[in-house]
Amino acid sequence: MTKPLVAIRSVSKSFGEFQALKSVSLDVWPGEVMCLIGASGSGKTTLLRCINQLAMIDSGGIWLDGELLGVREQGGKLHRLSEREIGRQRLKTGMVFQRFNLFPHKTALENITEGPTQVQGRKADEVRSEALDLLRRVGLAAKADSYPAQLSGGQQQRVAIARALAMKPMLMLFDEPTSALDPELVGEVLAVMKELAKSGMTMMVVTHELGFAREVADRVVYMDQGAIVEQGRASDVLGTPREERTKAFLSAVI
Amino acid sequence: MRPAPALAEGFPDLSGMRIAREPHWFRWISAALIVLVLAAIARAFANGQIEWSYVSRFLTAKVILEGIVNTMVMAVLAMTLGIVLGIVVAIMRLSPNPVLKTVAAGYTWLFRGTPLILQLLLWFNLALVFPTIGIPGLWSARAVDVMTPFLAALLGLGINQGAYTSEVMRAGMLSVDIGQYEAAQAIGMGRLRALRRIVLPQAMRVVIPPLGNEFIGMVKATSLASVIQYPELLHNAENIYYANSRVIELLIVAGLWYLLVVSILTPLQMLLERRFARGTLRLAR
Repeated sequence: MTKPLVAIRSVSKSFGEFQALKSVSLDVWPGEVMCLIGASGSGKTTLLRCINQLAMIDSGGIWLDGELLGVREQGGKLHRLSEREIGRQRLKTGMVFQRFNLFPHKTALENITEGPTQVQGRKADEVRSEALDLLRRVGLAAKADSYPAQLSGGQQQRVAIARALAMKPMLMLFDEPTSALDPELVGEVLAVMKELAKSGMTMMVVTHELGFAREVADRVVYMDQGAIVEQGRASDVLGTPREERTKAFLSAVI
Repeated sequence: MRPAPALAEGFPDLSGMRIAREPHWFRWISAALIVLVLAAIARAFANGQIEWSYVSRFLTAKVILEGIVNTMVMAVLAMTLGIVLGIVVAIMRLSPNPVLKTVAAGYTWLFRGTPLILQLLLWFNLALVFPTIGIPGLWSARAVDVMTPFLAALLGLGINQGAYTSEVMRAGMLSVDIGQYEAAQAIGMGRLRALRRIVLPQAMRVVIPPLGNEFIGMVKATSLASVIQYPELLHNAENIYYANSRVIELLIVAGLWYLLVVSILTPLQMLLERRFARGTLRLAR
């Protein structure tokens, strides 16, 4: 019997008074492409950041590949893991940010090799040839020695995807990867993501690109006010939504 | 309405005409006035009670040259100590640990809050408080032997500089986008590695101009170490004029050397800035 790659159980998270996640539970299966949609403030980005532990959950639990994230159970209590252990757990996920967050003082190639060489301690020449392969895969072989400031937004985001893939994650998290892009650059990033989805990568994508969701997602999850309102096959959720809130959101977006 | 391609009458074609040069009378007059004032000042000094032959003779005197070497050695060592302390304290200050935070804030408060010359005198006179210093059971020595003018000046200047540098470094680290920390964390980096590999190199670009400022300040602040007998430039110049009474001449000698050193440092700073501007288009232009 297969197990979910990510199991989220009753996860809550608040920022001060604001409750970003209200007891969210969800499974993500190996090889699945899941799109999370919803208005801003609905908690979809927070959910992603909790899986990558850029935000720490207040209660509940998240298991990745069978391992409980961020805490260890001991004597009936939960103890926070050390920074080193959290760093090790993060290696299983790759994160792509809305604003790319490439390292501006490093070239495209150096951005990709930084993690494998510095964090994983792998050999430089082996990492380099893998990084060049990744750049080729995202269509930027010619830009290896360019600095981020010399690249367009779409190119930067593709480098950022390659940087995340270089760590060989089991799960890729995309946080509104095309929201900061000029409209004519969105397509090239989505194309790379489609190719990645086809290769069998497990992906969680927070996005407003409903066309992408319809075409690529195995499952669409609609969130509102920190909770999952509706989920299912893309054609069902986007085509014939059951919940009133989903209908209202979709008619406002389209 | 007219058809779109037809242009309206009454707006002549100016494409063949140049923009004329303005005479800028005021610039010429003000420049001439300033030259006159400078000439008057130069004349006053030339006719004043200054024996310029002493200036040129002592400019390259051995004691003066030793003094400038000691000044530069002290400035570089104390600045190095200051930068190391500054980085450590800035990292402590931005740490989530309240103990480290408080210690760092206390250090900055104490050493920024008292005059540098007072701190130098305290270090130099440490023997009055602790006649012997050392590590119990391992090593000990008389404080007067350990606390030489050199060590007292280094500690006084370096630790004081650290308090100022920490604030410069903190500003630099805060100037780096939070997304950079997150991206570093997302590829599995811990806090310190993210600081060293990702944040500090970017912060350097921002902190070099103020650090250049601080270093120029340090070169001149070493002259305060003359009060604790450290043989730097001003101290040596004073020793000469105690003997020959040519006070102004030797002060001019010292002043010329300080000016020369600072003049050399400015282009060095530009080189450093270019080194850390990698990847930014703004400075590459």
